Amino acid sequence: MKFTLSWLRDHLETEATLDEILYALTDLGLEVEGVENPGDRLKDFTIGKVRAAEKHPDADKLKVCMVETSQGEKQIICGAPNAREGITVVIAHPGTYVPGIDTTIQVGKIRGVESHGMMCSEREMELSDEHDGIIELPSGEVGERFVDWLAANDPAKVDPVIEIAITPNRPDALGVRGIARDLAARGLGTMKPLSVEPVPASFEAETKVTIAEDTLDGCPLFCGRVVRGVKNGPSPQWLQDRLRAIGLRPISFLVDVTNFFTYDLNRPLHVFDLDKVKGDLRIHRAEGGETLLALDERTYTLQPGQMVISDSEGPESLAGIMGGEETGCTEETVNVFVESAYWDPIQIAYTGRALKINSDARYRFERGVDPAFTPQGVEHAVRMIVDIAGGEASQFIQAGEVPDTSRAYRLDTDRVVSLVGMEIPAEEQRHSLEALGFTLDGDMASVPSWRPDVQGEADLVEEVARIASLTKLEGRPMPRTETGVPKPILTTGQKRQQIARRTAAALGLNECVTYSFIDAASAELFGGDDSARLENPISSEMSHMRPQILPGLLQAAARNQARGFLDVGLFEVGAAFSGSEPGEQETQIAGVRIGRTGPKEVHGTSRAVDLYDAKADAEALLAAIGAPAKVQILRGAEGWWHPGRHGRICLGPKKVLGVFGELHPKVLEALDVKGPAVGFVIWPDAVPEPRKTSATRGALTAPDLQAVERDFAFVVDADVDALTLVNAAAGAEKGLIEDVRVFDQFVGGSLGEGKKSLAITVRLQPSTATLTDKEIEAVGAKIVEKVQKATGGTLRG
Amino acid sequence: MDDLRQKYLGLIAEASDEAALEALRVQAIGKKGEVSLAMRELGKMSPEERKEAGPRLNALKDEITSALTAKKAALGDAALEERLAAEWLDVTLPGRPRAQGTIHPISQVMEELTAIFADMGFSVAEGPQVESDWYNFDALNIPGHHPARAEMDTFYMARAEGDNRPPHVLRTHTSPVQIRHMEAYGAPCRVIAPGRVYRADYDQTHTPMFHQVEGLAIDRDISMANLKWVLEEFVKAYFEVDDVELRFRASHFPFTEPSAEVDIRCSWEGGTLKVGEGDDWLEILGSGMVHPKVLQAGGIDPDKWQGFAFGMGIDRIAMLKYGIPDLRAFFDSDLRWLRHYGFSALDVPTLHRGLSA
Repeated sequence: MKFTLSWLRDHLETEATLDEILYALTDLGLEVEGVENPGDRLKDFTIGKVRAAEKHPDADKLKVCMVETSQGEKQIICGAPNAREGITVVIAHPGTYVPGIDTTIQVGKIRGVESHGMMCSEREMELSDEHDGIIELPSGEVGERFVDWLAANDPAKVDPVIEIAITPNRPDALGVRGIARDLAARGLGTMKPLSVEPVPASFEAETKVTIAEDTLDGCPLFCGRVVRGVKNGPSPQWLQDRLRAIGLRPISFLVDVTNFFTYDLNRPLHVFDLDKVKGDLRIHRAEGGETLLALDERTYTLQPGQMVISDSEGPESLAGIMGGEETGCTEETVNVFVESAYWDPIQIAYTGRALKINSDARYRFERGVDPAFTPQGVEHAVRMIVDIAGGEASQFIQAGEVPDTSRAYRLDTDRVVSLVGMEIPAEEQRHSLEALGFTLDGDMASVPSWRPDVQGEADLVEEVARIASLTKLEGRPMPRTETGVPKPILTTGQKRQQIARRTAAALGLNECVTYSFIDAASAELFGGDDSARLENPISSEMSHMRPQILPGLLQAAARNQARGFLDVGLFEVGAAFSGSEPGEQETQIAGVRIGRTGPKEVHGTSRAVDLYDAKADAEALLAAIGAPAKVQILRGAEGWWHPGRHGRICLGPKKVLGVFGELHPKVLEALDVKGPAVGFVIWPDAVPEPRKTSATRGALTAPDLQAVERDFAFVVDADVDALTLVNAAAGAEKGLIEDVRVFDQFVGGSLGEGKKSLAITVRLQPSTATLTDKEIEAVGAKIVEKVQKATGGTLRG
Repeated sequence: MDDLRQKYLGLIAEASDEAALEALRVQAIGKKGEVSLAMRELGKMSPEERKEAGPRLNALKDEITSALTAKKAALGDAALEERLAAEWLDVTLPGRPRAQGTIHPISQVMEELTAIFADMGFSVAEGPQVESDWYNFDALNIPGHHPARAEMDTFYMARAEGDNRPPHVLRTHTSPVQIRHMEAYGAPCRVIAPGRVYRADYDQTHTPMFHQVEGLAIDRDISMANLKWVLEEFVKAYFEVDDVELRFRASHFPFTEPSAEVDIRCSWEGGTLKVGEGDDWLEILGSGMVHPKVLQAGGIDPDKWQGFAFGMGIDRIAMLKYGIPDLRAFFDSDLRWLRHYGFSALDVPTLHRGLSA
């Protein structure tokens, strides 16, 4: 919403400075977004008089002028054709910045003659495009500031333009008068009365207006008057200046009048060219399919139920949104119907949205104009039309009634103080509301008709607080509900996410936050379907909610590869979506590693990452978030994993804590990732809740007797899982075997096709007496037997 | 006897290795060594002579023994020094690489927020990112026709054919978590709810996904003045400054009444933000007293309870605090960016240590 200071002063009698007004506006909730004060850039220009002007000795088109200025008589060289003795001019002294030529004036020599300043044209001061010569003022004293002269003689030129942001609850502030009312309530002046002398009716118009029964809820009131014999044409200068100042293009007087009242009083109007209207006006609902060429020169097809104004030939106006081109005013218009109606905000909002029209009228009606002011709106407009464009006015035509919006809410002044936390005296509270147009009867406050937003006691609190100024609010401590050391507040899930993040970073992975969106093809690769599709995606790259975190991470890895970073380790903690119902999301911790463990380096530690890196990552993260150490590793995960190179980390066949493995080469190819790539996914919420125990640890058992380690190598079929062998060995003598580790694997070679050798170290920890050779041998035999039984393998000779 | 002493001390000093020393030991104080033989002669002496020569011979033996030990140690040291000198390595070669990962600034800032608000008695609430339009709008006093709905650039989830329920939305703010929390836990309560939110907007300063933190405090007599204090304390703690001035500006949000936008005093001198000084104001959040209709929607009696709520952009305050220029880069996962703006694994923000120490 834009307006000018002088426009505001039409409604507000005030001594306040521009800065005071700006501060108050923002503080009141009418946030100032910008101010353009032409006076600022003209403040250094002063008025002078040319005493003498003679031709420059060395240039035909230049004149050497002697000018009386605020700094005494100065010699100024001027090239303007109208520079001559006796004229009153505007001077830029040396040091003055001239905006139109983006230059700061300096003393200089022009063709050998000194010049001490400049006489300016309108364009040079950005007042207009006029540049045929320098300004000749009809009045003005030497030394007077040019801005002061403008303020007195041509105020529109120095009228500051203020732009404020209007929150959706304040339709009343979409008119300059409403803004003035807020400022007056704040104490920045007094409201000037708003009155209009209605133009007496001088004839009886024939046009009749009816509102269809089923449309009264959307258009309870429609008013108008006919004016005949008007002379349309350009608006008077003051009106053109006003509209231009706020960024509107003056069109013709009859159109400008409607725009003026839209911004002046938040009263959108429409003016029909009556000579183009056939028969009477009827407000009704569209049956659907009717078309209308609107003022924006586009044709709209109406949907059933949308409100229109029709004449006998059909729809002529999109009610409350935009008039029709057919019956719009032109330069030739002489007879008009001036419309002022009240349209239901919700119906206007839906129609405007459906037709995708953003007009000033829709903007205002859907926020809510003052219904009670509807009839006066006609009188204001008709008065202005007749005064300026002549003609005579008909009787007042009205269909429907002013809707009753009267309501009152209790002002609980103590509750206001309690909610705001500021000592606002009860009297001041009442005064604020009254200044805003509320009427108080005891503690009941009746809401003015122009404030549709006020719908309860809480709204009264807001009005009082706003006028009192929230800037003055002082913080008041809010102690914790319990004294003493704060208790921990994180849930298990929240703790797990934090610890997983920091563990993953400690493992050398970089945390990413990738979009929750993914493209359809990538979603499909990872088991997603259209059940998590967006209706209105911002691009086809972001059309679905991600079914897994992995595709986004792989795309991120591909982008890094494209930038030349080939060794990538990324992870993310976040939600993945299985559908589009609230709650169809799960937390995942996912990571990928691609390339080598690091750049090649002198110690030779760099190597290609593989499945076992991903497994180590997954195991470290699971350990960090408190997963049990004893898990099963099963195969059979989803198709985006390499079928032979992945494992599901499970507690039983249905309880999956995580997956690790190599990604399927086809998936990598589709995502433009140069593979191979390994990765993992962990479902932190699948990890069982820790059993509630005290912080106390179990006692440490550290036997004094020395442990014994023995190595075994078995030849087994190549597809035997190492874990099966390890578990078999560990189960051979439970009390004695403390640990079994695989320390070597050898495949094929001398063992023959389809065979491999697995070497294990078994650590025996006696608890009562040192082991004898015989006992150790016995355990060894048991281990061999168990392993043979479990794997079919034999001890390697 | 002095000859013996001079002879052996001299030979020991000149010995070049341990073997030579051993030979000297045998030669001097071994069973048949010169000193031992001389001691055997003591028996043949007169008591007076013996009384004089005995101690001297013993002293000589001790002296030679010490000299041998000392020389042996000296030879050992010399050998070690020689070996160490030969074991020279180029210490300017790099150490074995240890992988260094990073924490994303969003996560770091979320932990900072949690640390600060936990100290003021707030816990952390969560809610789904796909929301029903009731939780995202209606319950927050934003009915279907409200202009705020159109202004929010909402993402809608597609409905299956024949499913005529109103479409679910991607939550446009973290405010629906207020409702879910009130429904589940009632009053009194104090929570923050950080998380992802979505709006259909993409340009220099907007991304279709970003992060917000919601705050909610409900009790019998919580006021807007309490809200201001909480936010002042938060801003001081978060930006790690001793003092800061907050400006509350009246505004409007459908779910709070009264509503205020909150600015902090700052300066942008030289392009860097300094919080708490200067003449500029920086808008950082929207807030207000929870609207009675919102309390009702959450199942809380607005005649008995009142409180405040606020919502703040996490990405934005992360950019402000850490001088990160471009929002879009947050979600691009450029390794250079992650390493530059990320945080080390052990850099856990706590109040006692300092958030960004």
